[in-house]
Amino acid sequence: MAEFTLDEEQQQIQDMMRKFAQNELRQIARDCDEEDKLPPELLNKVWELGFTHNAIEEKYGGYELGRSAVTSAIAVEELAWGDVSLAIACLAPMTMMVPILEFGTDEQKEEWLPKFCGESFYAATSALMEPRVTFDPVALQTTVEMSGDSLILNGKKCMVPLADQAEQILVYATTAKGAGPASVEAIIVDRDTPGLEVGQREKNMGLKPLPLFPVTFTNCEVPKDRRVGGDRGINYMRLLNLSRANLCAMAVGVARASNEYAIGYAKERVAFGEPIASRQAIAFMLAESAIEVDGMRLLAWRAAWRLDRHEDATRDAALAKMYCAEQAMKVVDYGVQILGGHGYIREHPVEMWFRNGRGFATMEGLAIG
Amino acid sequence: MIDFEIAPLTKEIVQTIETFGRSFSRKKARYYDEYEHEHEGLKPDEIKAVQEYQLGILKKMQESKKDREKPSLSGVITGEARSWGDQALLSGAVRMGLGNAAINAVATDDQKKRFGRLFAAMAITEPCCGSDTASIQTTAKLDEATNEWIINGEKIFVTSGHKCEAVVVWASLDRSKGRPAIKSFVVEKTRPGCTVTKLEKKLGIRASDTAAIVLEDCRIPYDNILGTPEIQEKKGGFRGVMATFDATRPGVAASAVGIAKAALDFTKEKLEAEGYTFPYDRGIHSLSAVQRDMMDMEANLDTARLLIWRAAALMDQRQRNSKEASMAKAKAGRSATLVCQKCVLLMGPLGYSREWLLEKWMRDCKITDLYEGTGQINTLIVARQILGFSRDQLK
Repeated sequence: MAEFTLDEEQQQIQDMMRKFAQNELRQIARDCDEEDKLPPELLNKVWELGFTHNAIEEKYGGYELGRSAVTSAIAVEELAWGDVSLAIACLAPMTMMVPILEFGTDEQKEEWLPKFCGESFYAATSALMEPRVTFDPVALQTTVEMSGDSLILNGKKCMVPLADQAEQILVYATTAKGAGPASVEAIIVDRDTPGLEVGQREKNMGLKPLPLFPVTFTNCEVPKDRRVGGDRGINYMRLLNLSRANLCAMAVGVARASNEYAIGYAKERVAFGEPIASRQAIAFMLAESAIEVDGMRLLAWRAAWRLDRHEDATRDAALAKMYCAEQAMKVVDYGVQILGGHGYIREHPVEMWFRNGRGFATMEGLAIG
Repeated sequence: MIDFEIAPLTKEIVQTIETFGRSFSRKKARYYDEYEHEHEGLKPDEIKAVQEYQLGILKKMQESKKDREKPSLSGVITGEARSWGDQALLSGAVRMGLGNAAINAVATDDQKKRFGRLFAAMAITEPCCGSDTASIQTTAKLDEATNEWIINGEKIFVTSGHKCEAVVVWASLDRSKGRPAIKSFVVEKTRPGCTVTKLEKKLGIRASDTAAIVLEDCRIPYDNILGTPEIQEKKGGFRGVMATFDATRPGVAASAVGIAKAALDFTKEKLEAEGYTFPYDRGIHSLSAVQRDMMDMEANLDTARLLIWRAAALMDQRQRNSKEASMAKAKAGRSATLVCQKCVLLMGPLGYSREWLLEKWMRDCKITDLYEGTGQINTLIVARQILGFSRDQLK
């Protein structure tokens, strides 16, 4: 029956992630943003939290603790609360692992899953976004053609996390432009494959610590066995929905961070003889934001819950993504607004969360739980 | 555990309610709206139909106690379904008012015996004070000789003030002592000195009567006071009466969502009949304005609904839910109102016409952002909660 309380295990995970976020992410977030820096040792620190190990069966080297989109949403909200750019960077390998877990052939699972169970960070990532103003994840323009025993990839991807250091990149491509989700395949490509070119690191409004790259495919030839799921392929909508649930959870984390900070500031900042939090205009912005943070979270959880039940979550995930992207932007915008001029300066974190917050509307496939 | 599943039994009950809403409530809704004060009551066979329907639900609920949500959660789910049919039509037929909620919250066993079967309305608002409940002017004086309370004052906006059999009246034992002196008293309508003086003409929910009641030297037995007559200077006194709002706000929020869902379902149906489709798997550039609006409305209503469920679930767990109840009410009241307004817009001239119920639903919905605490008051409560501020720190 409907229930909204974390169970003991989920509570433990939340506590652990919150502590990690506070101690490891918050401390370095501003410097990393100023310097577009991703500390390499952080990748291993997050690796040790076991996101990938826990999800993989023992026979492939994992801890086999089970997978849950809901639990993932809980964990990922905390990391995003810490710093969303660093979180996405460290979780990039998940975006290649999950499609294989969900849809890989037995041979593919045997070949690839052990890599996610090692002692140190396995640099893997995925490429979904494409550089177009009208980008629609359901209308990809990167193509994959079957040619004998090979697959030929052509197209341009953007916002590929860690592309410069990834050993493998899982690429989403269509077998027929305009044919919708059913035509989308996931192809595992070695970074050093001829025909694959990693471009210059992107410069974005936010997510600056997260190394994002354009990747171009020009008649890039890849063996047939790199097609995830083989002839059965993947359920692209399910993967997109999983990603959306996670992105929504991250949006909640960023929005929550912003409102918490704004609440603290508003209680301290005195104007006209009292804390600005005592004025309704400010207090109402804080209250509306709090309502939306909680509302966003419930929508995100609902999508995740439906995914855990292996039901079609397209409606729930689409509504959640649209809503969370919009409300997150509103909340982080209020965050800057409440800090006034000080909110505009690159000292308080709210301007950074404002820049990061706009990303949720854009991003697809950057997080999979 | 995080779970969004509704018990099968609740789903069945919702279906029954929706079916009755379609076949009965909606058929009569326009008549009651057009003839706010002149309408004739339900005919005997109609009353019978209503009773059978209600008994049917009761029987279903008793059949399988284990397959249900706990009371508050199932209450907001079925409440939404009821309002989806029609918000106000059966309010009298249900014979339960907000006064009953107050009584159930604090009544002694003896009081439950005496008042349990009465249809009780709630009388708080006065001409001077709505949101500012602490400033009410109705007084209750103890006549020690007869051991009766003497109530004096004027209450307005009493929902079901005409239909009800008793009113729970907020009155002050000592206006100089402020909030802690405000208590609730059960006043049976038959008591001398209790008079319904006016029935309001309203924008919506016209099937529900809204009354002004004057209490003039109205005497009630000492034991008609709910809770303790002690004026507890510290917190507690006023908190007690306010706590009933934490219980009722999710329900009112649910009715808001129900009305708006009716509008949304109707609008979607009409647009689909015109060939519109509402896919969920398109990027924003491929969505028409109408498709985008629909997604927006659905997302907002779903969010409101989940906030309501959360507030109700907390109540079932016997946990404080003031913040969550006010969050739900603030969000639902505003979102539902906007959804209804947009739906009328999307239905062109026919949406504006009284031939369809849509325009009525928009008018009915507006009250949900006003009563049981306006959206602004509820937002204020949320603000105080998240700031940890008292009334003095945040007005």
